[in-house]
Amino acid sequence: MSVIPTSASGAKAPDLPLAASARYRLVRKARDGERASWLLSSPLVLVLGIFLVLPILMIVVVSFWGATEFSIYPAFEFDNYQFLFGSAVTYQVFFKTFVFAAITWVFTLAIGFTVAYFLAFHVRSLTWQIALFLLCTIPFWTSNIIRMISWVPFLGRNGIANSALLQMGLIDQPLEWLLFSDFAVVLAFVHLYTLFMVVPIFNTMMRIDKSLVEAARDAGASGLQILTNVIIPLAKPGIMIGSIFVVTLVMGDFITVRFMSGSQSANVGRLISNDIALLQYPSAAATAVVLLAMVLIMIAIMLRFVDIRKEL
Amino acid sequence: MEPRSRSFYLLGAFFALFILFLYGPTITIGILSFQGPGGGLTFPMRGVSLNWYRELFQQQAVGDIWGAFFRSLVLGLMVMVTTVVVSVMGGLAFRRKFRGSTPLFYLIITSLTIPSILVSLGIGLIFSQSGLDVHWATSGFGAQLTWTLPFGLLIMFAVFNRFDKSYEEAARDLGATPWQTLQHVVLPIIGPSLIGVALFGFTLSYDEFARTLLTAGSYNTLPLEIFGMTTNVTSPVLYALGTMTTLFSFIIIGVFLLIARISQSRRAAMGSDAGKGLV
Repeated sequence: MSVIPTSASGAKAPDLPLAASARYRLVRKARDGERASWLLSSPLVLVLGIFLVLPILMIVVVSFWGATEFSIYPAFEFDNYQFLFGSAVTYQVFFKTFVFAAITWVFTLAIGFTVAYFLAFHVRSLTWQIALFLLCTIPFWTSNIIRMISWVPFLGRNGIANSALLQMGLIDQPLEWLLFSDFAVVLAFVHLYTLFMVVPIFNTMMRIDKSLVEAARDAGASGLQILTNVIIPLAKPGIMIGSIFVVTLVMGDFITVRFMSGSQSANVGRLISNDIALLQYPSAAATAVVLLAMVLIMIAIMLRFVDIRKEL
Repeated sequence: MEPRSRSFYLLGAFFALFILFLYGPTITIGILSFQGPGGGLTFPMRGVSLNWYRELFQQQAVGDIWGAFFRSLVLGLMVMVTTVVVSVMGGLAFRRKFRGSTPLFYLIITSLTIPSILVSLGIGLIFSQSGLDVHWATSGFGAQLTWTLPFGLLIMFAVFNRFDKSYEEAARDLGATPWQTLQHVVLPIIGPSLIGVALFGFTLSYDEFARTLLTAGSYNTLPLEIFGMTTNVTSPVLYALGTMTTLFSFIIIGVFLLIARISQSRRAAMGSDAGKGLV
């Protein structure tokens, strides 16, 4: 389209400083816009203020309180932290939490990346891509508790895995470490959280311009070279977002560890929930504060590699 | 089209295994829920019966699961409606930068990634220290919103990032007020994605466990009830309940997907013919 210069537009919009009334109108418009945004976000601020910020503040405050066997009382003492950092158990449990997070991260990333790569680059029709993608995400909308329970017939002493292995003659007696063990915990984590990797990685992969892959192939790159030099660097934001999900979900978990280990294994979340069960809220709060600090540090590190707002 | 490479078949097999890994256990308890009356928690099947489903419907046998189901349903609907409304408003607010928008954005990310037990513990402490009783419809409701709202908002942010502003400008040029523009242009365009937000809102609430644990009070929601059962119920009745809950989730997901499809095809059929007359 060509721009046709008209005398009218030239005359009515001088390039000189804006007239006072026009400037006033612009300022007012910006201010109205800001006011509208505040109004629109006020319910959100209200909900997050009451049910997120206040509870966090409350936990920080209570972490300095004292406790008797039956009740808690306001105080300002560091006993809870002293006890926490003075106990060898704390360090073991925190270490274990990181180990769970690291192992789960490796498996979910490997599986999630492969699945997303297959969907984005090997499935050719969009309809199939969407259908298979939905197939991967549907379990996300069903109950985690039930998905954990459903491992019992597989892993139990007389479960499917043991009977199959026995029948094949690979083992002489049932393996005891399948259910109620760290193995079961990691298996459940991978089972529950791999789709948190699949979704963001698939999302970024779908936005990779296919002509870049073509160009790499024309330039003589092998399939592996295309993967490592083109696709992985471009999918990095998705990988980081998925990692944030998986690491924080595993670090904050308490129920999967409790159920899948048969209460034999512990992570920080279980430490907190045990204190809660014993009504030792100040001690639970102190542990929670340390856990929160750890998680926020992890997120801050990972956010350095990705601008989430740009990736939406 | 070039022929499929060998890696396609390898990756395809991997994908099939992944799907099996994802759905296998669920299907297994589905089969085992039809155990005969003498059957146990694992294979072999000792006959086929509806025994465990029958037990599920006799209320005394397994506690108050129907009450719990009803509460979860109501709470899910409450959370769904709130999530949709607050997310749309938040999405609209974030279309321009405003003072406080960056901290608020990071607060949303915090809400999503904070360990759930902290939300549970914090809200529980506030309620108990201020002498209020925790209840699923008050503290439980708020706790679940901290989990569903981030998903709803992230979806809305993604939607508005892709939103073509020229539609609004056209409406404005034709003399529409801001409210009319919102009502007749913006909301109809983003409508289908609201179905997605609603799906997240309902299902995430319906299945939520960790954030509801200390905030539901004396009346359990269904996931809490099911978790309680895992410690004292050791019969396939657990599988029957699990299968029914999963089926219910599938039905809900199916309904939402169906609504999304219908609204899409309706739009394709009767939607805008803008631009077509000019070519």
